[in-house]
Amino acid sequence: MTTLPEHLQKELEEHFKKFKPNEKQKQEITKRIETLYEDAKIAPGEAIGIITAESFGEPSTQMTISSFHFAGVAEMNVTVGLVRLIEVFDARKKPSTPQMKLPLKAKYSKTSEMVKEVSMKIKETKLGDITEEISINVAKGSIEIILDKKKMRDTDIKLSHILTRLKESFKTLTLKELKDSISLKGKDEIKLSELYKLKEKAKTIHIAGLKGITQVLPIKDDDGYVIHTAGSNIEDALAMEEVDKSKITSNDVFEIAKVLGIEAARKAIINESLKVIKDQGLDIDIRHIIFLADVMTRGGVIKGVTRTGITGEKESVLARASFETPMKHIINATLIGERDDLNSVVENVIINQPVPLGTGLPGLVMKSNKK
Amino acid sequence: MTDIFLNEKFIGTAEHPKDFVKQFRAERRRGALPLELNFTYDEEMDEILLDSTRGRARRPLIVLEGGKSKLTEKHIEDLKNGEIKWEKLVKEGIIEYIDAAEEENCYIAINDEDVTKEHTHQEIGAIVILGLLTSLTPYANYGPGSKLIKESKMQKQALGLYATNFLLRMNTDVNILHYPQIPITKSFMHDVISFDKHPAGQNIVIAVMSYEGYNMEDAIILNKASVDRGLARSSYFKPFTTEELRYQGGLVDEISIPDKEVKGYKSEKDYRLLEEDGIVYTGAKVKEEDVLIGKISPPRFLGEFEEFSIAANIKRESSVSLNHGENGIVDMTLLTENEEGNRLVQIRLRNQRIPEIGDKFASRHLQKGIVSFLAPVEDIPFSVSGITPDIIFSPHGIPSRMSISHLIEIIAGKVGALSGEYIDGTTFDALPEKDLRKMLKKLGFRENGTEMFYNGITGQEFKAKIYSGNMYYLKLKHMVANKLHARATGKIQLLTRQPIEGRSQGGGLRVGEMEKDCFVAHGASLLLKERFDSDRTTVFICEECGMLAIYDNFKNREYCPKCGSSVKISSVEMSYAFKLLIDELKALCIYPRLLLGRKY
Repeated sequence: MTTLPEHLQKELEEHFKKFKPNEKQKQEITKRIETLYEDAKIAPGEAIGIITAESFGEPSTQMTISSFHFAGVAEMNVTVGLVRLIEVFDARKKPSTPQMKLPLKAKYSKTSEMVKEVSMKIKETKLGDITEEISINVAKGSIEIILDKKKMRDTDIKLSHILTRLKESFKTLTLKELKDSISLKGKDEIKLSELYKLKEKAKTIHIAGLKGITQVLPIKDDDGYVIHTAGSNIEDALAMEEVDKSKITSNDVFEIAKVLGIEAARKAIINESLKVIKDQGLDIDIRHIIFLADVMTRGGVIKGVTRTGITGEKESVLARASFETPMKHIINATLIGERDDLNSVVENVIINQPVPLGTGLPGLVMKSNKK
Repeated sequence: MTDIFLNEKFIGTAEHPKDFVKQFRAERRRGALPLELNFTYDEEMDEILLDSTRGRARRPLIVLEGGKSKLTEKHIEDLKNGEIKWEKLVKEGIIEYIDAAEEENCYIAINDEDVTKEHTHQEIGAIVILGLLTSLTPYANYGPGSKLIKESKMQKQALGLYATNFLLRMNTDVNILHYPQIPITKSFMHDVISFDKHPAGQNIVIAVMSYEGYNMEDAIILNKASVDRGLARSSYFKPFTTEELRYQGGLVDEISIPDKEVKGYKSEKDYRLLEEDGIVYTGAKVKEEDVLIGKISPPRFLGEFEEFSIAANIKRESSVSLNHGENGIVDMTLLTENEEGNRLVQIRLRNQRIPEIGDKFASRHLQKGIVSFLAPVEDIPFSVSGITPDIIFSPHGIPSRMSISHLIEIIAGKVGALSGEYIDGTTFDALPEKDLRKMLKKLGFRENGTEMFYNGITGQEFKAKIYSGNMYYLKLKHMVANKLHARATGKIQLLTRQPIEGRSQGGGLRVGEMEKDCFVAHGASLLLKERFDSDRTTVFICEECGMLAIYDNFKNREYCPKCGSSVKISSVEMSYAFKLLIDELKALCIYPRLLLGRKY
């Protein structure tokens, strides 16, 4: 009977098959690995929380803000360094620079033309992008859209497609196709201010591509073409035939949680923070990152290390009050008559009692010999 | 039409503003207009601004005409020989003073080779792009510019001769370097500001090498023999002041030796150095707690207790005495009157500061370091010619900081010391490094500045050649003697009962938030508790209502003000800060109950 976890046992079996040790050797190997495994376990009472926090805290003071740029190289502006790390750990709803990497299937990336075509399909095109002008005709009380033929050809968008999109968006208006423009008119007279609003809305009508993708940049690497995008839209990217679905990555943790689930989000948090740390040439043990990601995602939703996130969920009133907004916590605790069991570090430091960690954790139980 | 303003007053218009300004500038150069008048044509606002007001910052520039400097070789030659004067050049329109506004209309070349036909002026030298302090660093163009700014901040901290009448002054926090020297490697600015009248540093012999690991992390090693001979010695002056204050009711402080009746009388020993007038004699060696000026003040609350007690009428002792850890020699006493006509007594304490472990030194190239070891001269490496360095500097401080100017100054100083000449190290216009090397070779040394050295301890020859030379080093005002501090127990704050802050009051050293984390991370829970025990108190808690109970010392029993004495009351140990928190919560009408459990 072994105490090793399942995956280690399996790995061990595989190695046994490969190297074929005899029974006695097998026993010896298992025994030694068990000892190593037991030694590697964290002892009860180890302050893993603070060690994790300090393991992030100390190196992040050394992070530099400067990043290098190279002239003439196609690059995208990405938030990196401490700013990005804070973004991930605070669990901000939208990253300041959302990004996706979409590897293409080999079938669709034989020539650079094909890749360009796919890129154009991915990039979001709004009506404003393919028109020369959208103007208000005050006399007729209509909006006139003059299309840019060249841009339409470049992006491979047909007039009929634009018309259907316009019809979908402006159900109350009537469309009229003129010589080289489209006229939008209401059944009744529309006020000028209303008309102006409609004009602004028309500019942002989604015509083609994936919503939210503002930039595309195809980059060739060892395994073929990868399209880097500014803006993230995993759901629509998954629906694309050309994209290798199994290899899509995004830096929008919340979107990953929404589309792929919380386990994927946990992995994304690990990857994103690891990327920043590696970028800065620092070295933080992966287990600290895993631990933090676990804590952030354990409730099934992503919670940041903020007063509204995991820090705000501490059990102790004193611990919460000593972090941020003390008055709020004290008042709320008073209103509901909260009870603090003094089970953690901060509150025990406040009242000057041994913190229940390390040497402060075990209590001594002794049978008194009454006689 | 362009409006013309003279000193911000409208005086007229011009049809061709550019020509107008050009013509008038020519007139000024000719001497027909005052030299203080500056013309600016503001193209954006389309107005001409004439300014002759005082308080503008103006600087001299060489006038160029058609891409040719008006300042000729002959002028420079004549200037050198003293045949003509600077004022003449200004009068003749060869040099022109330009203010900030007119500068906008100028196109200024920095170096001779930059001059084109479009340029209107030329800088007198490239060094003018630097400020006063930054231009004091020699060979600064061989180092990162960002360091130059930090470096100039450090030069301000160097000890030197801040004023030549320092013996007559009563300034606080004064340091005087004992043997200040003029730097061998000078900058043009040193002459301009008469640095030789108030130098702030010494020329030392430096060797760039490691020494038994004592100079790791920027530390430097001093030669004990050099220190014994007076290297980097300084005096620290500290004034003490008191005055005979006048109080209500015609009462006055009295400066005299307090007699034993006085409230707060220290001890006879503390007053032993006072002379009859109650002031310490000049030249007295004073130690901590010693009284410098004896003073008696009238009672604090006059009249309040008068009718009840005789003791209240007794005068208070309010002498000026040395704080804990202070010592020195009384340098000067001064008796005078202040603005209010009160008698004023000032005493200046002098303290000799011999360099010791922990003092801060720096070169002029942001190479600062702390003395880590005073090596005996017999253990210090020596060169073939028997030279022992005064300072041993670690080579690890150079590569990442890229302060090449530091290295060049070593060669420059070496050349200067050997040839007996000052070396011009003015940034951009210095004696070229190439020439320095040539000169060094001519003087019989290796041209790369290295020398063969012998290990001072074993006498063995070092395999590597040691880079050594002379350099100007600064002693910075941060000395351990002013900073060293430790305490066991001492004063506490009234409110929180925690130790007070600050060295001067004998405060504690804080175990802060991050230090706390360190204890926790090590699992040293009980040690952490002990460290925070400084404000430990024992309080009585009523187990019925959870509030603080009262211990009656007279009746030797405890009772709860709310539940009486029939309830169970237990004593609990906690930090006084927490007790204070509970009290403050109670003041906010919040009811913080303490529910006691069994510990075992």
